[in-house]
This record gives sequence, C-alpha cells and structure tokens, in this order.
Amino acid sequence: MPELTANGIAIDDTFAEAFDMRATALVITAPTERWAKQAAETMTGFATSVIGCGCEANVESVRSPEQTPDGRPGVRVLMFAVSTAELQKQLQSRVGQCVLTSPGSACYAGLDSGEDKLKLGDAIRFFGDGWQIAKRLADRRYWRVPVMDGEFVCESTTYLTKKAVGGGNLIVMGESPAKTLLATEAAVEAMRKVADVIMPFPGGIARSGSKVGSKYKGASASTNDRYCPTLKGAVDSALSPEIGSVLEIVIDGLTSEAVANAMRTGLAAIIEIGADRGALRVGAGNYGGKLGRHHYHLKDLLP
Amino acid sequence: MSSFTFSLRAPPDQRLDLSPLTPQNLAGKSVAEVASIELQTTRVRITAGDVFRIHEGDPAAIVIEGGSARFDRVGMGLTAGSIHVDGEVGAQAGRLMSGGLLTIGGAAGPFAGSGMKGGTLAIEGDAGERLGGPLSGETAGMSGGLIHVRGAAGERAGDRLRRGVILIEGRAGPYAGSRMIAGTLAIGGEAGDLPGYLMGRGTILIGRGATLFSPTFADCGEHDLVASRLLAAYIGEASPKLARLFRRPLRRFAGDMAALGKGEILLPRP
Repeated sequence: MPELTANGIAIDDTFAEAFDMRATALVITAPTERWAKQAAETMTGFATSVIGCGCEANVESVRSPEQTPDGRPGVRVLMFAVSTAELQKQLQSRVGQCVLTSPGSACYAGLDSGEDKLKLGDAIRFFGDGWQIAKRLADRRYWRVPVMDGEFVCESTTYLTKKAVGGGNLIVMGESPAKTLLATEAAVEAMRKVADVIMPFPGGIARSGSKVGSKYKGASASTNDRYCPTLKGAVDSALSPEIGSVLEIVIDGLTSEAVANAMRTGLAAIIEIGADRGALRVGAGNYGGKLGRHHYHLKDLLP
Repeated sequence: MSSFTFSLRAPPDQRLDLSPLTPQNLAGKSVAEVASIELQTTRVRITAGDVFRIHEGDPAAIVIEGGSARFDRVGMGLTAGSIHVDGEVGAQAGRLMSGGLLTIGGAAGPFAGSGMKGGTLAIEGDAGERLGGPLSGETAGMSGGLIHVRGAAGERAGDRLRRGVILIEGRAGPYAGSRMIAGTLAIGGEAGDLPGYLMGRGTILIGRGATLFSPTFADCGEHDLVASRLLAAYIGEASPKLARLFRRPLRRFAGDMAALGKGEILLPRP
C-alpha cells in the first residue's frame, strides 16, 4: 500500500475519518500554575474516550496571568462529547467534583461564542447554600461561592460549539516500541502547541487502537488485530514484517481546520526525526469513509 | 465627518429640557428642523435655535459647547452614539440611557444616570444627590452600564442600584448605596454617614472609610478576593485609581443585616 515516502518514512495513501462532536472550553485559574494544572488534570482524568468516559477532555494550553480574566496563572481545558446533554452532565460533575474542590481555583468560560450555552456556575452555585453571590460585569456573570479557603469564583455559563470534530488520528508504526514511542512523543509535543485541539489519551498517545465489534457478545469494540505486531503472522495483518510496534494519536478539535493543523504538525515532527531514529511508516484510521463526515488524507497534510 | 455642534448663545433664562437632543432623535433632520425643536419647561416657548448656534455634523456625535446648571435631562434615553457637554449640566443627565457614551465636562446636578440601563456616563466634575437613583415612585435605580464621576457625589449615590457599576473617584455623601438591590459602587475617598443603609445585595468599596458605619454590618475579616480582581480588571481602564484599591487586601463587612444582609462593604487595607 505505501506509495509516498518522506525522509525514509512510508506515508500510507489513506485518510483519518473523524466525526462531528459537541465541545466546550474552560479557563481554570489558581494562585499558582501548579494548582491551576492540578485542578485541570483532575478534571480531565478518565476522559480519554466518549465510549467509556462520557467525554473526551484535556488541557489545551497554559495561560499566563495576562491571558486570564482574573490575572492569575491558568490553563485552558477543552471538553468533547457526543450530545449537548451529555456534555452538560460531564461539565457539571467534573467542575463540581474536581475544580470546585481544588485549592484557590476559579473557573471561566473558555469560548467567547458558540451555537448554545452550557450551565457552568449556574449549576455549581447551589453549593453555596444561599450564601452565593452573583456579580455581573458587562455581559459576563460570575458566581461567588463561599468555600473554606475563601471564595470559588465561577462564570455562570460557557458556550458550546457544534462545529467540533473528534477522532482525527495518526497511526505511527516503527521497528521497535522505543523508536515508535520516540517519534509519537515528538509528534504530540509539537501538536500541543496547536490551538484549539487536544489529544485525550494518556500523554496524548493510545496504544490500544480498536476495531468495531468483537467475537464476544456485549463488547462493542475490541483490539485492532490487524495492527497488533504479535499477530502479524496469524491474521490478515496491516503490518509488514519490519513493523514491531504501533501507536495512535487521537485528536479532537474545536474546528475541522484545527484538527487538520494538528495532524499536519504531527506528521512534520515524525518526518523530521526520520526513519533511522523514529517511525518507519505512518497511517491513519478510518471506517471506509461512511461513518464520519470529516476525512483527512495524509498526502494532503505532508509538509 | 465632524460632530453635530450646539454652541450656547447666552445663559438660558429658564430651565431647559435637552432630552430631544440625542443622536437617535437628530438623525435625518435638517438644521432648520433641529433648530425648531422646543426645549422650554415653562410657558415661554424656546427652541434649540434660540439657545444654540447649530453647526451641522454627524448626529451620532453631538457636542454641546458651553454648559449650564439649567440644562436638564441631557442625553436622556440615549441608545447609541455620543454626547459631550463642554460644561456643567442640571438634573437627570443620562436618565434612562441604554447605550452610547455621555460625557459631562463639568458638574452634574441631582439624579444623574437615574434609572440608567446601559452605556457609559462620565462626569468630570461632581455629581449631585441620588446619582443613578430612581425618581419618586420607581422601584429600582440604575440597572446596567457604567457611571464614572471624577469628583465627589452627593447624598444617596447609587440609591436602589440594581445592576451595573458606579465609580466615584472623590468623596460620597451620606447614605451612599442606600437600599442597594445589587450591583457595584466604588468610592475612592471618604463616604458620609451610614453607607449601604438597608442594602440587600451588591458591593460597596470605600477607599477612605466613612464618617459613621452602621452597626448592622458584620466584620468578616480581611481577604484577597478573586472577584475583586475581576472588578479591578473591568474598571481598570476607566479608573486606574479605583482598580488599585480593588487589588489590595479587602476587609469585608457583610450587610445590611437590618435588611437581606447579602451585600458587602469592602475596605482596602490602608
């Protein structure tokens, strides 16, 4: 199948197939960057895949004090889900359990516009048991909820976008686990600098890519055996003999352009490392193009 | 295009109602039509052309050259555009305005910004009593927008304030923020007796204390509030001086406990 090569790396003539999703963004601040990150990481833990976690979420960027509403260090978090109702439910429970509880935190809308609004502080304020205070400044409204270290400030609502895309991906194949991980880590590192995207899996990387369906009743997905190197002689493998390890980067973005930008950046980073130190081949996951509206052809994304 | 200018010919011999001189009312009118607008408040008829020399310009930017304490209701009901008065004005400047910018070069009389819903009212001099407050019979005062007074304000500034922000760089008279429903009132100087009298909700910041505080405010200690950082950022451009006060550690007094008691008076650490 490989037709194209770049810096010794084979680029499959295939495409990543991605889906429409609902997404929102938050800016979480704290007295220090360490505690802003702590609140965000706690909130986005167990948020790798909508299938098992209800949403996909991660830190998108670190914000300097000049870039946050209250002038304290912060981070921007993106959250993706398949429906508005599920996104609202996840937002409420995650902010309520993980951000409200985190020392010194405050929470603001991370999107300035969108097709709809989600309750943020409007859902959390009841924790104040009647002592909560609203403060409206221009067109933004904030709740001040008394807590044991002072006040939890939380913007009343945040926007929701229906233009978000989930499931952009790169499949990185290499000779050994170490070389494959090196190339994939470099790609994720570069992609983290792209605005409006997250890579929701651990450290941005998934090692257990799945296929639809299973031989077992009740399992909707199972291991992608065609990409498992230990099965390459036993199944109709997608891997050639020299491939010894495969990793996947899954990308969710607020827009289709953001996902394409991230894939382009990731590909460039993998290619720059070259075949000797890093990956031997890059592919992408799709379902034949019939399920997802967004198709990202690797050949269009090459540097 | 230059601004639509009204130059005062001579001090008026009666109080004038200048509420018709707003951008939305002047749009599409010829100079002759504007000159024939009646401004009298007595039985003696007086028109804009009698009081002012009129220079045609962009009606979205009105300039009134020369002020008078007899200029009542300047910019009343302003929705968009700007009005600048190069001097003092009388009662009810900017009353019920919902957008745009009204700047008063001198002092303003009572009820400036009364019942204001949006936009910005800037007063370079002092403001009279009941800044932003309701007229008799009205249940709420200002419900949105920003009032910025460079000088001092009279009695009951922010009376029945419901939403929006009032900034007073100088002193405030007695009963500042009386019967406040919500919103924010910031006073750079000293307040007169009993600030926040019977306030239900809202925030009053006072830079230099008050001549007498009500015992119905409960001391809740000194805090670094995130909410005050948001307020400081919001007002920082209009008033760096008041923004600095909001950034200091603030002593919080909850009250008025004789009313709902969900409001607060904030005193910056000296």
